[in-house]
Amino acid sequence: MKKLINFQPSRALKTALGIIPFLLVLLVYQVGSDIRKAENEQDKLLPSFAEIAAAIDRMAFEPSRRTGEYLFWKDTKSSVVRLAKGISIAAAIGLIVGLMAGSIPIIAAPLNPLITAISLIPPLAILPVLFIVFGLGELSKVMLIVIGVSPFLVRDILQRTQELPREQLVKAQTLGGNSWQIILRVILPQILPRLIDAVRLSLGAAWLFLIAAEAIASTDGLGYRIFLVRRYMSMDVILPYVVWITFLAFATDLCLLKLSRIVFPWYHADK
Amino acid sequence: MSTFIELDRISKHYGDNVVLENLSNKVTEGEFVTLVGASGCGKSTFLKLLLGTERVSSGQLLLDGQPIAEEPGPERGIVFQKYSVFPHLNVRENVALGLEFEQSASLGRLFGSERKQALEQADEWLEAVGLTQSLNQYPHELSGGMQQRLALAQALIKKPKVLLLDEPFGALDPGIRKDMHELVLGLWQKYHLTVFMVTHDLREGFHLGTRLWVFDKVRHDPHAANRFGSTITFDLPLVSKDAPLNPDDLDAISNQLSAAAAV
Repeated sequence: MKKLINFQPSRALKTALGIIPFLLVLLVYQVGSDIRKAENEQDKLLPSFAEIAAAIDRMAFEPSRRTGEYLFWKDTKSSVVRLAKGISIAAAIGLIVGLMAGSIPIIAAPLNPLITAISLIPPLAILPVLFIVFGLGELSKVMLIVIGVSPFLVRDILQRTQELPREQLVKAQTLGGNSWQIILRVILPQILPRLIDAVRLSLGAAWLFLIAAEAIASTDGLGYRIFLVRRYMSMDVILPYVVWITFLAFATDLCLLKLSRIVFPWYHADK
Repeated sequence: MSTFIELDRISKHYGDNVVLENLSNKVTEGEFVTLVGASGCGKSTFLKLLLGTERVSSGQLLLDGQPIAEEPGPERGIVFQKYSVFPHLNVRENVALGLEFEQSASLGRLFGSERKQALEQADEWLEAVGLTQSLNQYPHELSGGMQQRLALAQALIKKPKVLLLDEPFGALDPGIRKDMHELVLGLWQKYHLTVFMVTHDLREGFHLGTRLWVFDKVRHDPHAANRFGSTITFDLPLVSKDAPLNPDDLDAISNQLSAAAAV
């Protein structure tokens, strides 16, 4: 018998072990739902899987009686567009500011304390300011994501840039590169995969800010819907929405990882 | 031959910590100087002065009669022990980068026929270091020895006046190190390079150099180890590559180095 610290489960066993907890969660839910339903037929807290399926069908595959839209897909589209805009702008800011500050000490000197200070502001605390300044439309929701995520991205990219081996920058200079050429040909290409890493890490926060903004002032979106139906205790809608958001987050993360592996194979070589 | 590199009473200190003091010497073009000494003796600091990443605290370091530039530049090539090659470029691109920097000021990148020419030129240098088999591989696919060959080709394509080697073979297996010695000697002879090489391997220093410099402290303050810096305590001309080592020299230097290490 091997020591436990040396025992590596096989691939099949690993997969099986990974699935079991999910099945357990579903099972516990089913049992809980059954118990509550037995006590009260009208219980809304733990709807049965049949009720959830009906709710999904109603939201996703039947046009809304009021507007004729497929609410689930409309919500998804609105949220994903906001998220994509927010993340893209934040990533662009993170890359440009982080790269410049990380490569050029004289730019880092005035920016560093400012960025540190900004990153410590709780973004939700200034959400009212955003609503006042940018109105209640799309812009303020996108801005919340940008403000929430970009300080982290800037700081992360700045640090990754400074972590590149000093030897490489010296070597590039002995090959005749000037500052601009070295940033363009040596630093930038090596920072791009690290930007993808940073964006992946910031996705959770981005969703948080998106849902918060939608909950407070919106007319559609996944976060809006969840907070709307909360008034009717519609757990049969909330739960599938939460699962859907989780799936979207997971899929985005996976796509970014795959993209990074395809475009930057050298970056993933020794990992 | 006229003086190519001149050390004129060079000292280097960081605050109260004196690393090098009073180095004076002359090197002519085409010499292969190996720098040895115990850890912390300042041999790498001296190489950094030549490279331009550190500047002298007092005295003068002259290249071709001019004070050496205080930042790295294309007239001084470098091969470090590691991180000398760019992981995001393949072998040919790594070598061609030096040409791209030179020929494309705004983007540092060549296109079309210019790029093709640069890559072909890179191929020639890759042939000189024996990497023809791996032109399109990325550095992470190369062994440690091959990465150092690549770093050499990268440096040589700029035709530097001085080639600086900072323990370039320190991380390699002994067998591979021997191949690399032959390669470096061959390149040095073929292209009439002036080479400074830091090594902690005394035999390597003897084998490769035309001159061997030993860095050590001549004065010690028992109460303040950093009061005095190192200087060049031996300057051995190694005339013939084929002559066997003079055992007395080797012993004398070995003793001094181990004595220095014990202090």
